[in-house]
Amino acid sequence: MVDEIMLVAIDENINDSDIVALQDRLAEEVHANNAQGIVIDISALEIVDTFVGRIIAQLAGIGVLMDAPTYLVGMRPAVAMTLVELGMTLPAVKTARNLQHAVTRLRASR
Amino acid sequence: MPVRYIHVILDNERELLLKAWGSTQAEEGLIRRDLFTEREARTQTEMLYDALSKGVKASVETDLLDPDAECWDDMRAALADVTRERTKRGVSTAEMAAFVLALKYPLFERLRTTVDDSNGKVLIDAVNQFTRLIDSVSLYTTELCISERDKTIRRQQEEMMELASPVVELWDRIVAVPLVGTLDSMRAQEVMENTLSAIVDKKADIVIIDITGVLTVDTQVAQHLIRTAAAVRLMGAEAIISGISPRIAQTMVQLGVDTGEIRTRSSLRMALADAFRQLDTDVISRIAK
Repeated sequence: MVDEIMLVAIDENINDSDIVALQDRLAEEVHANNAQGIVIDISALEIVDTFVGRIIAQLAGIGVLMDAPTYLVGMRPAVAMTLVELGMTLPAVKTARNLQHAVTRLRASR
Repeated sequence: MPVRYIHVILDNERELLLKAWGSTQAEEGLIRRDLFTEREARTQTEMLYDALSKGVKASVETDLLDPDAECWDDMRAALADVTRERTKRGVSTAEMAAFVLALKYPLFERLRTTVDDSNGKVLIDAVNQFTRLIDSVSLYTTELCISERDKTIRRQQEEMMELASPVVELWDRIVAVPLVGTLDSMRAQEVMENTLSAIVDKKADIVIIDITGVLTVDTQVAQHLIRTAAAVRLMGAEAIISGISPRIAQTMVQLGVDTGEIRTRSSLRMALADAFRQLDTDVISRIAK
């Protein structure tokens, strides 16, 4: 938590059960801390599949429902390409190039 | 027996056969003075002739002209040199094959006068063997010509790929991807890769994909553009597609292409102005109006 913005960094070798656990925890934490925004950093993520793609979309969905705008930052080119190939363009998710941009935008929108 | 005859003819009547080969070539219009000099043609012909007669000499023992035998390696090497040299100067594949085949008839002519009439079997045998050899040799040149050409095509393809998708840094945090020519799947993939890695390398926030130079936009090209824009957005940058001419706009609407939330501008200039505005950059002209 920084300045009412929750930061979530996704680990390089995160597995499917970890990411589901993260989903649960995120909702709890957002609620408990009254977060005004969420930034999910996936710069460590090198491989994605439809499952991870969907979870990421859901993480953002949870944030939006709890009135905490969610930004996805640091996506690698290969990951972006794979997601597009898989047809997961995540239209509902906001994106930024890096953490700083996301935080700036979150503050501006508040 | 038959190979011995061929060997004797090739050995004894070198000058005569070379001349005859030369004149057959000339008759068939194979001496391209615009591409190589007569002297070069003669040297090449002699080189091939000598390699050939060496191979025939080595085959006398077995009395068989086997085109796959090792004794033709020299000949193949010589032929490869000549073929390479000639095709580089623009001699066609058919001309190369005809050049080799042109040796046949002068030799047959000599065979007819050398082998006496009573020995018809030997004569036919010799003709058969020699024909088979020369045919295989001319096939070999053809193959060489084609493989040379394939190599050129492949190289040009690679060069085209490299030329085709440059990413230009226009300003701080603004890059442009000017697309030229046609956009097939392979190039589209390359464009996407280059664009996405430029976002990382150049820290770009705005990517202008300029399609002024794209000749036609069909559904497939549109699909590629939309996908590239989607990937750019996923990485946190924004894509602007510029250079949409009136004609392309019409086609895209007729095709029912939905560009969705992607920003499109008519020219690179408009896109750049848009990018400046978004990044809060002003470009001021110092010249008084």
